[in-house]
Amino acid sequence: MMRFILPLLLTLAALPVRAAIEIQEVTSPGGITAWLVEDHTIPFTALEIRFRGGASVEPADKRGATNLMTALLEEGAGDMDARAFARARDGLAASFRYGVSDDALSVSAQFLTENRDAAVDLLRQSLIQPRFDAEAIERVRAQVLSGLRSDEKDPQSIATRRFDALVFGDHPYATSLDGTVETVTALTRDDLLAAHAATMARDRIHVSAVGDITAAELGALLDSLLGELPATGASMPGPADPAFPGGVTVVDFPTPQSVVLFGQPGVAQEDPDFFAAFILDHILGGGGFESRLMTEVREKRGLTYGIYTYLADRDHAQTWGGSVASANDRVAEAVEVIRAEWARLQAEGVTAAELENAKTYLTGAYPLRFDGNGTIANIIVGMQMRGFPIDYAATRNDKVNAVTLADVNRVAREVLDPAALSFVVVGQPEGLGETSN
Amino acid sequence: MFRLTAAAMSLALGLMLGLSRPASADEQVTHFTLDNGMDVVVIEDHRAPVVVHMVWYRAGSADEPAGASGIAHFLEHLMFKRTETMESGEFSRTVARNGGQDNAFTSYDYTAYFQRVATDRLGLMMQMEADRMVNLRLDDAEIATEREVIIEERNQRVENSPAALFREQKDAVQYLNHRYGVPIIGWRHEMVALDRDDALAFYDRFYAPNNAILVVAGDVTPDEVRALAATHYGPIPANPDLPERLRPTEPPQTAERRITYRDARVAQPYVSRSYLAPERDSGAQETAAALTILAEVLGSGTTSVMAEALQFDSQIATFTGAFYSGMSLDRTTFDVVVVPSEGVTLEEAEAAMDGVLVDFLQNGVDAAQLERIKMQLRAAQIYARDDVDSIANRYGRALTQGLTVQDVQDWPKILQAVTADDVMAAARMVLDRRQAVTGWLMAEEVTQ
Repeated sequence: MMRFILPLLLTLAALPVRAAIEIQEVTSPGGITAWLVEDHTIPFTALEIRFRGGASVEPADKRGATNLMTALLEEGAGDMDARAFARARDGLAASFRYGVSDDALSVSAQFLTENRDAAVDLLRQSLIQPRFDAEAIERVRAQVLSGLRSDEKDPQSIATRRFDALVFGDHPYATSLDGTVETVTALTRDDLLAAHAATMARDRIHVSAVGDITAAELGALLDSLLGELPATGASMPGPADPAFPGGVTVVDFPTPQSVVLFGQPGVAQEDPDFFAAFILDHILGGGGFESRLMTEVREKRGLTYGIYTYLADRDHAQTWGGSVASANDRVAEAVEVIRAEWARLQAEGVTAAELENAKTYLTGAYPLRFDGNGTIANIIVGMQMRGFPIDYAATRNDKVNAVTLADVNRVAREVLDPAALSFVVVGQPEGLGETSN
Repeated sequence: MFRLTAAAMSLALGLMLGLSRPASADEQVTHFTLDNGMDVVVIEDHRAPVVVHMVWYRAGSADEPAGASGIAHFLEHLMFKRTETMESGEFSRTVARNGGQDNAFTSYDYTAYFQRVATDRLGLMMQMEADRMVNLRLDDAEIATEREVIIEERNQRVENSPAALFREQKDAVQYLNHRYGVPIIGWRHEMVALDRDDALAFYDRFYAPNNAILVVAGDVTPDEVRALAATHYGPIPANPDLPERLRPTEPPQTAERRITYRDARVAQPYVSRSYLAPERDSGAQETAAALTILAEVLGSGTTSVMAEALQFDSQIATFTGAFYSGMSLDRTTFDVVVVPSEGVTLEEAEAAMDGVLVDFLQNGVDAAQLERIKMQLRAAQIYARDDVDSIANRYGRALTQGLTVQDVQDWPKILQAVTADDVMAAARMVLDRRQAVTGWLMAEEVTQ
């Protein structure tokens, strides 16, 4: 029973102040580049691969194809069926995880130095030669459908879907990448092959490796692992242009505690005001126990177990989101307090002391993140996805420190938008009618 | 349910067995005890300038007095309020101003507090943690507000989740006499009545250096920790009245127990069974090791016995699993779960599950599968070294749950020594429906 659960959505500029890591750029003989941190302390390597685009490149009527395809990568490859593949992987004690989001298909692998070549060959087969056997398709499809039916009765999933539909119009972000019961039921093996060809191509790859491997070894590995992928894949979707109507949308669902998502337009990482907005978010709701919303909603009033905000800088949309959950008879008060804090911050800005505390935390915590092969591999592949320079970690804290009180308070005035702040509430909230601005 | 315990649930650490680079593979662990009885464990990892500082108390929800369920966890929340020397909230605020993160968690057998900071802030963390070990000053208004927070926490974790409500009922049926049958967060009707006296009684009884374990992991040496711990924790006197940790024990279970939990919010019904099972005991971990491997054999992943039979050879289930964690002060459970495919009833799913277990008891363990599992357990020791926080967690859990540092370090060898015969003996011992609870989680409208 944690005092509270830290949010998993540390969306932002997640990287080191002056972390004692040295990133090398490695280009393979075949022309694939990767970022490498060599560390021979522990005899394994963590490898992260990202294919930009993810589920957002699929056609609307095939929604769920990329997700189902990704889940099938480990269900048989080359001359191995699903069970033979799993036995081979387990016998090598390698770990392969395949995932997909709106912006990327991700592959996370960890393998021992003692059997690296065999593990990489197995991973290669799953990426290049997945079988998509009929038996496996039906088995995994049934799992996805089971999940979709559960989502229909899960307040958190209901809230996410309603919020995305409200904000993202006809962009792929508006719908769940899991698809619907209808679209997933209709998917064919050809659809999965098409999804594979559309998402997993060399023109959209980013790779990082951390651990017990040299630059030369990594170069050779990259070519054998990824060299056979097609050169190009499907085109990316356009900008999402999110629209925030303001007001409250209530979704009636019989459960004791209402689940609430809220949001307004965000700020892109490339925007000169990004770090000011980042600090502002930290003070508003991103900073855990110390944030204004946590203080007002939880510490002073006991209205919730946790409340968080985050700047989400996705490839095709920037949003400023948040979440909270309160009992049905108390959630109206929570919403009222959030609105009031939003307006107060916009009107009055932050104090010099708040700014200083935020900077101290953000710059102090940054280098502490770089503390393991798996963690570092994740961070530095994320830096590539954001288009950061390879020395970003060394300059990031300077950017935080350069933000002035005037910057933060100007951004508060200009960017915070209480009228656009939109709420989706799933539950049976008392005293919280449907409203719109 | 618990962020940290879930992460640390898997496999043990310790010595390398038969892998290629044993010289670099050992974790560096040092253990000593302060004069006031406080245990100290230091785990060195010098790759990053970070340290995790944890204090674990041998006091969890199963140590609560009857009628005050949830007080161990409530006290955990209140420990972030005022002390004699710090304002309410100042603890976390100070950690944040030093670029660190802090939190705490409560389970049946322990309560733990931790901070993750730059190495040069370790002394400050100890100073503050030592302060709140003895100087807590509780305020009635703050207690009333924080009680609303834990009620909302219960709403979020339990009341909004049919699976959690089902598990709560099932645990209550599993334990007739032991406090493991009472939820860690507490029964709601008792939580709403928890007050200052309940919190202080628990605090005064259990929060003392001779009931605590200090775990420091990261870029630090044992000598540095020894000096800082002597400075900050050393002056706190031991509690001479610390009670012996005696709990009611379970009577032998001689009758099968069953529950059905119905909830309109259930979209995916399933059947879940827990068998009462022995835990890891100091100096006697062999049976628990066999059960650990049995869970892997029966229900961990695509190549397990249950998955083969129910998801591949037949399509009875969309998910199957077997779970066992021997980390428990008292008797624990061995669990199996089957999520039936569309069109398969819970009755059919349970019958198929029992069929698999019966066949397994006859057919025994596949030698190649056992070898793969042992290879994975060996490798897990290597992978685990990448996450020093989880190693710290493992030692904290062990030392609050009746094990020693030596037991933790012996565990990998004991796992590797488990034979197919050991696994089958463990299976025959534990897989007995007379000592099990079988639960069905169902939607309200479904009749089967």
